[in-house]
Amino acid sequence: MSAKSVLLQLYKREFLSYFSTPLAIVFIIIFLVLNGLFTFQLGNFYQRGQAELDVFFSFHPWLYLFLMPALAMGLWAEERKSGTIELLLTLPVTIWQVVLAKFLAAWSIAAIALALTFPIWMTVNYLGTPDNGIILAGYIGSFLLAGAYLAVGACISATTQNQVIAFIISVVVCFIFLIIGFQPLLELFSDTVVSVLLKLIVSILVASVVLLMTKKSVLFYFISVLVLFVGLMLFPGILGGENITQGFVDAIASLSFLTHFDAITKGVLDLRDAIYFILSIAFWLLTSVIVIDIKKAD
Amino acid sequence: MINVSGLTRYFDSFCAVDQLSFDIKEGDIVGFLGPNGAGKSTTMKMLTGFLAPSSGSVLIDNIDMLSDPVAAKKLIGYLPEGAPGYDEMMVVDFLRFIGQIRGFSGDALTQRVAEVIAEVQLQDVLYKRIDMLSKGFKRRVGIAQAIFHNPKILILDEPTDGLDPNQKHQVRQLIQGMSKDRIIIVSTHILEEVTAVCNRAMIIARGKKLFDGTPKELLEKSKQHNAIALTLDQAVDTSAFDALPEISEVMRTSDNEWLLIGDGPKALHKVVDELKKQSVQPLHLAIEQGQLDDVFRMMTEGK
Ligand SMILES: Nc1ncnc2c1ncn2[C@@H]1O[C@H](COP(=O)(O)OP(=O)(O)O)[C@@H](O)[C@H]1O
Ligand SMILES: [Mg+2]
Repeated sequence: MSAKSVLLQLYKREFLSYFSTPLAIVFIIIFLVLNGLFTFQLGNFYQRGQAELDVFFSFHPWLYLFLMPALAMGLWAEERKSGTIELLLTLPVTIWQVVLAKFLAAWSIAAIALALTFPIWMTVNYLGTPDNGIILAGYIGSFLLAGAYLAVGACISATTQNQVIAFIISVVVCFIFLIIGFQPLLELFSDTVVSVLLKLIVSILVASVVLLMTKKSVLFYFISVLVLFVGLMLFPGILGGENITQGFVDAIASLSFLTHFDAITKGVLDLRDAIYFILSIAFWLLTSVIVIDIKKAD
Repeated sequence: MINVSGLTRYFDSFCAVDQLSFDIKEGDIVGFLGPNGAGKSTTMKMLTGFLAPSSGSVLIDNIDMLSDPVAAKKLIGYLPEGAPGYDEMMVVDFLRFIGQIRGFSGDALTQRVAEVIAEVQLQDVLYKRIDMLSKGFKRRVGIAQAIFHNPKILILDEPTDGLDPNQKHQVRQLIQGMSKDRIIIVSTHILEEVTAVCNRAMIIARGKKLFDGTPKELLEKSKQHNAIALTLDQAVDTSAFDALPEISEVMRTSDNEWLLIGDGPKALHKVVDELKKQSVQPLHLAIEQGQLDDVFRMMTEGK
């Protein structure tokens, strides 16, 4: 049997299983209610008198923070808890096929929920003459963002047997990926804080590589982190320049879901932003495959 | 068909399976015997490609499980311990899903689902959700998915564990019915099961293989194999039995029962003569087959 048809059968089962419990329906209803509430009530949709949907989309990164982990939390945790993972992975399938099938099933539910917001789009078109190109870009950005969150959630779900824990950790990880691009937060950090943080991260990275290569003890690891860090602090010239710290801030911010999402919803559908989301999804799915391979027996 | 060599699995520093090597050929119905925690399930998980070995190799019909797992898994049907199934699915949908993954479609799929349902007798629960099933039915669904593609190799982890005696009997009959020119590996810690369904027994304890042979050979290892069991209702002087060269030990197993350990068939007429001499009429006199749990305990407790 072809790999594609195995993928299709796995996908079908995952997708239908969302509807064998109230999960998918409840998800879609909550999604629509919150979207309506945020957009019409909190977003002063009518008062603003503008025929556009940027308020609607600007809520999505925060709304998805809780909704997407809820959709993804059971994907692997439940398989591990009930032991079906052993059944599944001893069928003639690859881990990649299963990872992809689960992710696509969850993403489909998110897509359905997003598509069902069409009355909001119809309302703005009724009220005025919005730029439907920008709205389309917004929908694409929102869909990609949902995918990125779901990929994170699926990966975290693979690390535990407990759905609640999977949910909480996913929210935290997604929150970190969101907040690092949040402008007010970035401005909060003075150059000094950033430079100290940067030095610490570099020390940890270098020490980790050394540890992996030499297989020395954990004590050795902590000592080398300390030595590296003190060394970098004593020589402010290294990694201390304004360009370097600014570059560091930019690099971190450019990893944020928010930065790329905002760029897309402004209506400039830059291919690089879309590619960023695709790569994020690929990264988290690849990590899922590795995590499952290591942790499936526990 | 199955060639295992040097199979080893560590969990952190704990060695759950330790240098197992064996070959299994068509027609073998192997009973994996061992106390809880012996490493039976871990071995099966490596045979079926769920767990990667720490070292060693598994060849399924000359296909290396590590290098081509998908091809190797096609040849195997597997019932994991506890017979897990997707709780929210109906039995018939679950079997159809398994069939589709196994490459069935259209009429062939429908027909095979019907055959398997008849074979495992699932007619009554077809449209029930799996989490609504009794333990016995759930186990049968697990067996149904394992035999769906008529696999050359069937691996069943504790297929009768937790079932009542009737259900146990049904599952054993099912296994026996399927045994023609296949390989079946069943793990169990129930000894009678091995003599009931297997033609080969393998004892595993602490991850090591301690015995590999027929159930009969296993029985012969028993201290009581060929012992003479004697039941009397009157006093007897057993010192004469002790004196026989064929008898190594005389055990009084209860008030009026004795076991004469040793080469029973040879000693039998001498024992009968001695009883006559003492004018004792035995209630019961027989050569023992041996006690499996006796061998089992002796081997797995390292005595
Ligand atoms: N995933 C795991 N992590 C750590 N230890 C394990 C794991 N699976 C099994 N073990 C240990 O390995 C040993 C063998 O287990 P198992 O193969 O399940 O035994 P059996 O099936 O013979 O009862 C046990 O001591 C068990 O605790
Ligand atoms: Mg077991």
